[in-house]
Amino acid sequence: MRQSPRTLALRYLLVALALVFFLFPIYWLVAISLKTPDEIFASPPIWVPGQIQFQNYAVLFKDGDVWTIWNSLVVATLSTAVAMLLGTMCAYSMARFRTGGDHFAMWVISNRMIPPIVIVFPVFLLYVKLGWVDTRLGLIVLYTAFNLPYVIWMMRGYIQDVPIELEESALVDGCSRLQTFRLIVLPVIRGGLFATAVFTFVFAWNEFVFALVLTRSNATTFPVQVTHYFGGQSNFWAKIAAMSTLGTIPIFIAVAMLQKFLVRGVSMGAVKG
Amino acid sequence: MQPASGQAFVGRGFKYGMVWPAVLVILLIGLFPIVYTAIVSFQNIDMFGEDTSFQGGVHYARLMGDARFWQSVLHTMIFLVVALPLELVLGLLLALLFLDRLPGKQIFVALLILPVVTSPIIAGSTWRLLFDNRYGPINQILSWLTGEPATVLWTVNPVYVYPAILLAEVWQWTPFMFLLLLAGLSNVDQSLNEAAELDGAGFWKTFWYVTLPIIKPVILIACLIRALDLFRLFDVVWALTRGGPGTMTETVSIYAYVLAFKQFETSYAAALAVVIIVLLSLVVMAALRRVEFAR
Repeated sequence: MRQSPRTLALRYLLVALALVFFLFPIYWLVAISLKTPDEIFASPPIWVPGQIQFQNYAVLFKDGDVWTIWNSLVVATLSTAVAMLLGTMCAYSMARFRTGGDHFAMWVISNRMIPPIVIVFPVFLLYVKLGWVDTRLGLIVLYTAFNLPYVIWMMRGYIQDVPIELEESALVDGCSRLQTFRLIVLPVIRGGLFATAVFTFVFAWNEFVFALVLTRSNATTFPVQVTHYFGGQSNFWAKIAAMSTLGTIPIFIAVAMLQKFLVRGVSMGAVKG
Repeated sequence: MQPASGQAFVGRGFKYGMVWPAVLVILLIGLFPIVYTAIVSFQNIDMFGEDTSFQGGVHYARLMGDARFWQSVLHTMIFLVVALPLELVLGLLLALLFLDRLPGKQIFVALLILPVVTSPIIAGSTWRLLFDNRYGPINQILSWLTGEPATVLWTVNPVYVYPAILLAEVWQWTPFMFLLLLAGLSNVDQSLNEAAELDGAGFWKTFWYVTLPIIKPVILIACLIRALDLFRLFDVVWALTRGGPGTMTETVSIYAYVLAFKQFETSYAAALAVVIIVLLSLVVMAALRRVEFAR
């Protein structure tokens, strides 16, 4: 459709307003993390830090708070790896042999919709008995279980998109099913695999309720650590901002690489972008 | 053994062998919690003792008469019925803004989507800093607009606490609606719109009678996903107010957390969990039947 320069200018103006609204909080967070204490507690607030300094980040390293980022990294990475492995295997069987049929597929995805608070409560009681409370192992197992339905659902969709003929010709050439899965299907869906892995990782990285209940001090992840900085009387602004920034920027970079898979990823495959 | 050849090799072993490891792990969240919670809800376990004898439905009866429970349901519903339409309408308007050719579109979309992938607890914490009455910019902007010093206690004052939480919630999830609706709108065949406009229908009329019915499935899916998220709302409220002031913004999930892990009312909390699961299952089953997920 044709549009006049005035329409285009108006659209840019509205887009600019939207960008300001949706990006300003992120800017503010990063700005605080770069401010000196005097600048943070200036009233009225200062919008641009006078001189960029990384003291607030250095403090996180000195006090050992970055340990929680390491915990998040270990838990998110390992749970993603296991969920991707088991989930993709399961998805292949479901996509190619209709294992379990539609009811099984519906059961799988419905597990993703149970509120975390309902899951974590009995899991906590179980973990007390197993001695898994405040261990990274406990979080890894739970995140794997919670992410599996998502992985299965997504990978089933991606595998169904692969023409069956590709595999059939390989089967005729003497490949086993396991070989066609590994050598034919996986390379074709590597984009979807990567995107699903990133979304799975992001979920575990950002998750709060499970980590709040199941950690005390050893296995604390960074979102829980950030809430510890809000005190009854005073808040540790510098640490809140620096830790939040440290935990958020990697996610932004990861997602920026995924433009093509974004819509499908966040809509659980329901909408293909 | 014969070399593997053709379909015949696909035995039951392979077919089910690929599935059961995943299923076993999912049972940790898909079967165990429901069974275990249901059992505990009929016992009498709290911080004073572990009475595992069968108690009947006493906890369920108590829940029905628990004003704090009903208030938490009400609070959750307020968040749901205010935030969801706001996110839908704002997301739709934003998507319409991006529909035509717009140089730089890719970058703008990538930037607008950032709130969605931010950890909800970090989003809530960030808004708490923004809303700070002395060191946050929101009161500062308000004072510029009104010309007099603004000292609104956003997360403490009962009048302002809902708008504050809703703003944070809408900020984080409007881009989600925007992204899905933009995808849905982009798939609409433009010649349909043009035909309608040639027939004399204006932009809004075309949108209402032609475009909207076509993207209805996408709208339904987006709303279902968001409704399920809002139903279990926890993080943003926790970061901003922890359910306060008092219990004014306590959602069902937060109340369940407080019961289980602050007041150690194990069996009572279990009864609440069972009620949540039953209610949710009814809603999900009804919704999934209406919404067809992509296959």
